[in-house]
Amino acid sequence: MPLQTRGEVVSVRRAGAYSVLTVTAPGVPEATRPGHFAALAIGDPQTSSLLLRRAFSIHGVQSRGIYGGTIDLVVSDVGEGTHWLLQRRRGDAVDIVAPLGRPFALPREPVACTLVGGGYGSAPLFMLAEQLRERGCRVDIVLGAATDQRLFGVLEAKRSATTVTITTEDGSAGERGRVTDYLEKVMERAGAEVVYACGPMGMLAAVSEVAQSVGAYSQCAVEEAMACGIGVCMSCVVPVAGDDGVTRMLRSCVEGPVFRGDRVRWDDIGTIPADAVGAPAIAGGH
Amino acid sequence: MTRAVVRYGSGVAAPTPNVDMSTSLSTFEMPSPILTASGCAASGRELDQFFDITKLGAIVTKSIMLEPRSGRPTPRIAETPSGMLNSIGLQGPGVESFIENDLAWLRERGARVIVSIAGGSTQEYEDIAKILRLQEGIDAIEVNISCPNVADRGQVFACRADSAAGVVASVRRSSDPSIPVFAKLSPDVTDLATIALACERAGADGLTLINTTLGMVIDTDTMRPALAGVTGGLSGPAIRPIAVRCIWQVREVLPDIPILGVGGVASGKDALELVLAGANAVSVGTSVFRDPSAPMRVHNDLATALAERGFARLSDAVSFAHREPEIDEEPIDDLDVPEWT
Repeated sequence: MPLQTRGEVVSVRRAGAYSVLTVTAPGVPEATRPGHFAALAIGDPQTSSLLLRRAFSIHGVQSRGIYGGTIDLVVSDVGEGTHWLLQRRRGDAVDIVAPLGRPFALPREPVACTLVGGGYGSAPLFMLAEQLRERGCRVDIVLGAATDQRLFGVLEAKRSATTVTITTEDGSAGERGRVTDYLEKVMERAGAEVVYACGPMGMLAAVSEVAQSVGAYSQCAVEEAMACGIGVCMSCVVPVAGDDGVTRMLRSCVEGPVFRGDRVRWDDIGTIPADAVGAPAIAGGH
Repeated sequence: MTRAVVRYGSGVAAPTPNVDMSTSLSTFEMPSPILTASGCAASGRELDQFFDITKLGAIVTKSIMLEPRSGRPTPRIAETPSGMLNSIGLQGPGVESFIENDLAWLRERGARVIVSIAGGSTQEYEDIAKILRLQEGIDAIEVNISCPNVADRGQVFACRADSAAGVVASVRRSSDPSIPVFAKLSPDVTDLATIALACERAGADGLTLINTTLGMVIDTDTMRPALAGVTGGLSGPAIRPIAVRCIWQVREVLPDIPILGVGGVASGKDALELVLAGANAVSVGTSVFRDPSAPMRVHNDLATALAERGFARLSDAVSFAHREPEIDEEPIDDLDVPEWT
């Protein structure tokens, strides 16, 4: 059940190319599971011309302490909205709706799990790693990015995983290449039966393919543009096959952001597959 | 069902001013003049997590069509200054699933319901109306005529008086005579009054003003249209002046027709503006995306705004901006005319 709350900025600190925003959000930490996200309003409601909330996967939570409950979000300064957020200083108010979405499903058995993060998509993986380890699961982490400044959470990964593999496309840190160039080897070494992934769609598609090829179960948190984050606007849909084999356009904000990797029709994202429920003879209307 | 707690430092303890907020849209009476807007509230269930939806005038559902519909490809939205474009393409489960799941839930929840319907042909609108006629718990029908008419080269029904009137007449004829039928008009027409008059003559019990206005964004990085559907409906505060203008123009030609105002309402004062222009009730649409508790907040702030202006009843403020200009009636000879000696 999401809460809408007026949070206060506790801190904004740099982390490579990104920043970690810590805000108070009483009641949110207790309800947050790994994979949940928060949607933040941008600007003063009276004067801001930015209407849409920005969604961030929840990186960490602290339910106690001097600030009461706080949440950590990883923000990349990519546009006006995120720029405004990163200009906030301690004590500034931010309107937060959280926790939102369907979180990662956790295995009942203590199986080995491999966690894959692309860029700051790794944000929710460390909370996940902690919970998996509490269940006796072996955790291996693979983090990849274009360049070392765009990696997120390398130190945290080292604290929470049996092995950490770093890849960068330019070779500036770790192995040169992409996460999927090394994923199969990592999984094999760990005997992984489950893969969790968060990052760009292309990476998720590739991770999901690797998981399927080795017979592992995959859970992917997708990134799709959202307007409301709460399930009313139908902006953030992706084609996903159900238990019945039928493809439906599902909202990544409420039916996701975490989907089974083998169920998402990765190649059809950005389209309406012809066999999807209600696929158009004629499109139109608004 | 538990509900999300809206934790705000201020605004919680503010006493509700003693203003009679009840209103009606034709024969449909409501305790609040604030409704949701079609396509911005799904069928109410999600927003009920943030506030008690039964306190609103009504939930206006997302437009329902005869068959399930997948909508358009993504990207479906683009943010614009004080607004957004959408090209959702009326994704929905179809009328049968809507009745079984959404309408059933709304009835059980005890919410007042305006069902928005859409179609690609006059026949489709009529078929949906006939199916809905057999259902309990619908307080009014809103006809979304901003849909392409398959039989007319995809021309939007709302843009031609004859096709708009054709759909309205057909839905009115096919619906339960005891519930009002509202036509939701598009601002993208040369002369809105003509369309409004045609819908009224065709039997519309009221008008919803306005639907989104067509816009387009080009992504300057990819140098292609930002939306997969190329064009989209512009909504949000950016279009509020258009809504006010449309309500005003229609109120001038149809002094008594019930009007549900929609367009960029984010605050109580925004809602008041639409009421003063002639709206009997006001929908809060896109602002819900920024603030999921916006409809209740707008209700409370509208009550305050009315009280501050000395209105005891919302209904007294409807069309108030159309009143004759106050004339200074002091007789001229009361003026202190200096005497010339």
